[in-house]
Amino acid sequence: MLRDKQPVTITADTHPFLNGLWKQNPVFVMVLGMCPTLAITNSVKNAISMGLATTFVMVASYGMISAIRKLIPKQVRIATFIAIIACGVTVVDFLVKAISIPVYQALGAYIPLIVSNCLTLERAEAYAGKQPVVKSMLDGLGMGLGFALALTCLGMVREVLGAGTFLGFPVFGSRFEPWVLFLLPPGGFISLAMWLLFFAWRKERAAKLAAAEATQ
Amino acid sequence: MNESLTHIFLDSFLINNFVLCTFLGMCSFLGLSGKFSTAWRMGVSVMFVITVSSVLSWFTNLLLVKYHAEYLRIIIFIVIIAATVQLTEMFIKKNSPALFRELGVYLPLITTNCAVLAVPLFQTSRGYTLVQSTVFSIAASGGYCAALVLLSLVRERIELSDVVTLARGTALTLILAAILSMAFMGFAGMGNAS
Repeated sequence: MLRDKQPVTITADTHPFLNGLWKQNPVFVMVLGMCPTLAITNSVKNAISMGLATTFVMVASYGMISAIRKLIPKQVRIATFIAIIACGVTVVDFLVKAISIPVYQALGAYIPLIVSNCLTLERAEAYAGKQPVVKSMLDGLGMGLGFALALTCLGMVREVLGAGTFLGFPVFGSRFEPWVLFLLPPGGFISLAMWLLFFAWRKERAAKLAAAEATQ
Repeated sequence: MNESLTHIFLDSFLINNFVLCTFLGMCSFLGLSGKFSTAWRMGVSVMFVITVSSVLSWFTNLLLVKYHAEYLRIIIFIVIIAATVQLTEMFIKKNSPALFRELGVYLPLITTNCAVLAVPLFQTSRGYTLVQSTVFSIAASGGYCAALVLLSLVRERIELSDVVTLARGTALTLILAAILSMAFMGFAGMGNAS
């Protein structure tokens, strides 16, 4: 819908939405927003809710930041960004509490901590503070969904290996012994490291194939 | 909540170490742990900011509760932190320009360190008294500083060894952090004893 209305603004070589979703994925490529990435990914459900909460904050606050970007004096821009993001986070905090108390308890302190998530502030500073409203909101949506996607990838590994379930449904037979380490803090570090290694390996292989083709 | 001060200290310094067990302050933990010299400086400045902002937030929270404005908590706390960071920056700039030149880049980053916001949030939700929150903030930030310094020491050593090229960079740091985190899991037993 937004794209139909504003076809002129999308002129950059990559679409701001797709950029965040894959090409510059906040977790796997930029390695930002690590605290929730590692802390809330012990089940797929929590990972998805956290990703969606962050997406909401990013879209709403980037729209606002971008709308008033010309009124903000340069010296206090970071403080202003943080205050606007904090308003968005307060809304989400109450929203999640109203929708589902169990999810609210599972996410715990990490919802208020979206304020100081380096990802939200980094994109506000690098993108929303300089670009028009629709583009900034699309960037927020893409980055947020990319973040949610990465969180889900991690949550999948951790929940399947650590508890033997996926979204609460058992995957393996009853004889499966859960690998509890993956639900504990070290598992978060290990599974993220494995995903990063996997992407680095694929990138290296693609580069090797391209090099081999070029020599032929 | 009638936790003893020793228990609060041990709990937030070792058992529930902010970085390695609750994943707070991850960005700076992964980003600034490359060198021992930057790591301990960052750790000490974060300790300072956390302690000051925790005490300030404790008093502000009294006001918020008095006027029934608890919903403003997140916004107020982050403003206090931003102000503390700004003050620290000015203070260091005036008193020790040499230290300011070395720390300059990292100081603004403290505002977006989730460990700093987490301390006031936790102390309010756990209902700590002033003394308890001060001990809690010192222990939690001390734990952050310790984890940062430990990882930086390991990373400095591993710089010299022959690691597969694929794993260099963030992946290697994460694996090291995982091993450190496993070591800290060993402290979990202390929680039951005390």
